[in-house]
Amino acid sequence: MSELAITVLQFGLLLLLWILILSIIAAQGRDMMVSKRSRTRASAQQAAPQPAPAEAGGTPATVHHSGQTQRPRPRRLVVSEGPLVGTEVELGSAPIMLGRAQECTVVLEDDYASGKHARLFPQGSRWFLEDLGSTNGTFLGEEQLTRASTVEPGDRIRIGKTVLELRT
Amino acid sequence: MAAASPAQQKTEHPKPRRNVELILLLIALTIGIGAQVLVGITLEDTIDQQYWIEGAIQAGLALAFHIALRVRAKYADPFILPIVVTLNGLGIAMIHRLDFTDRYAGAEVADRQLLWTAISMGAAILLLTLLKDHRKLRQLTYISLVLSVILLFLPIVPGLGQDIQGAQVWINIGGMSFQPGELAKITLAIFFAGFLANNRDLILLAGKKIGRMTFPRIQDLAPLFFAWLLALGVLIVQNDLGNALMFFGLFVAVIYVATSRISWVVIGFLFVAAGALLAYQFVWHARNRFDIWLNAFDDEIYEQAFGSHQLVQGLFGLAHGGLTGTGLGSGSPDIVALANSDMIIVAFGEELGFIGLAAMLVLYLILFSRYMRAGLGTRDHFGKLLAVAFAVVLVLQVFVVVGGITRVIPMSGLVSPFLAAGGSALLANWLIVALVLLISHAARRPIVVGPMLNTTGEGASGTEDPLRIKEGGGAK
Repeated sequence: MSELAITVLQFGLLLLLWILILSIIAAQGRDMMVSKRSRTRASAQQAAPQPAPAEAGGTPATVHHSGQTQRPRPRRLVVSEGPLVGTEVELGSAPIMLGRAQECTVVLEDDYASGKHARLFPQGSRWFLEDLGSTNGTFLGEEQLTRASTVEPGDRIRIGKTVLELRT
Repeated sequence: MAAASPAQQKTEHPKPRRNVELILLLIALTIGIGAQVLVGITLEDTIDQQYWIEGAIQAGLALAFHIALRVRAKYADPFILPIVVTLNGLGIAMIHRLDFTDRYAGAEVADRQLLWTAISMGAAILLLTLLKDHRKLRQLTYISLVLSVILLFLPIVPGLGQDIQGAQVWINIGGMSFQPGELAKITLAIFFAGFLANNRDLILLAGKKIGRMTFPRIQDLAPLFFAWLLALGVLIVQNDLGNALMFFGLFVAVIYVATSRISWVVIGFLFVAAGALLAYQFVWHARNRFDIWLNAFDDEIYEQAFGSHQLVQGLFGLAHGGLTGTGLGSGSPDIVALANSDMIIVAFGEELGFIGLAAMLVLYLILFSRYMRAGLGTRDHFGKLLAVAFAVVLVLQVFVVVGGITRVIPMSGLVSPFLAAGGSALLANWLIVALVLLISHAARRPIVVGPMLNTTGEGASGTEDPLRIKEGGGAK
């Protein structure tokens, strides 16, 4: 084969390598923007069933949305008393499982807590707390939980010797 | 509002993106097989059946892997496999090219590399199929530690070990040499990830505060330091500095990610500095490498045995390549010792030039970012730490190799992942690929997060177990 043809092929190989790289980058799209995506998804789920979050899509917010953003949205779950005092968990859009079992989101090192003790989950812009049939019960303020109820920032969630709070 | 929620979540489901992978895979195979054919054309070898059979084997393996992903891990990252296939194919092509030179005449290293590729990909597919969920590995935390010890100690067992070029890292089983230390990368990563996932909170919360840094209690860290000392001890005994650096870097990186305390990185750098100083004082091998690094162009060091000849010729090779390279098959990469393993990056730099080598480094960068992405996306601590550990293993290998040949750091015996000739490294890296793909599958697959819909029963949200969710199960 002529030298020219070989040179063309060699350059073709280099070109193809970069084509591969560019197509990978093009196909990735916004996949690498992790923090932004997860933040917008969290707000989308908390605020309203609205596909495009207001700040990204630029679409006018629905009545739901504008009505609910007034209330400060809890962002953190903080342990305020008990063995794990000071621990913080960022609240996203996923439910949070509390208990002693290793697979829980917040693993409580508390002898009075059950394996899967209670669950915090978002609904709209609010967070709900629900007891999962624990042995010693879950207390919201002074009352023992009997069914899922809303938790406002500052409410004391007591599980065994541990007290948790939502903070904005 | 609640009624609209499931429909909304359905539109948000991540797509499997296996078709994207297939297209990229075809480009990747074209590059790998094309490079090999190009070598044949340039060196005026007859393009006979051999080339097509070898190409078909590569394509078949890649497609088999792709189908295994379609069946077993539909939501796995679609970019990892094409990148790895490209690098592996380019590696085989370059090794094939070096087989034509006098130094490797008749050795047929490329055939062996292809065989190892087949074995490694087969093993990776098997792992993908049998393991299904990476979280099962968490149960093996301490077994992995024991396994790492065994793997690292095997080469110094008399009768089994082999001493090649001053580093005692090979074992010989039935005529085949194998580096068990390569597999220790995986087991140690599992141990570090599992241990830190279990004890992260303890390490974070308990401890003395001295100044602005919080130091953990001794008992929390004892197992980790034991592992670290052991790895380091064995590696110094075996004279394998590159791996010592990698294991320590892995240790520091994973603990930093687990605790997000910068103090660990500071302590880590102090340890590296102290270790480097000690090694320079007491290990001849290390001092030799330092001398070569600092005074590479000194006549005396250039001429002596185990001198800087390899490094300097490597630099000349890179310079010879220039911007576009000499073209595959037209350079003379065989002047450099170990051109097809430790120094294969130089061979690429010479024949593909800066443009080609930069492309390969970018591929490594994307691969690293995909590993990290898998870690960021997955929900369990163990999976996060494991993916990060593997990303660090990858990037440290590339850094140590490329840094070594470009005289940024002293050279040490690591090989560039997927490119270099060497079965054990290839096997280990492919197994890592399988594990990262599993983690990314767990990260991207849709899970049940419908509030109030399922709280305590099978597949309750908050304790998502991908195994329990039926195929196509969303928020229904």
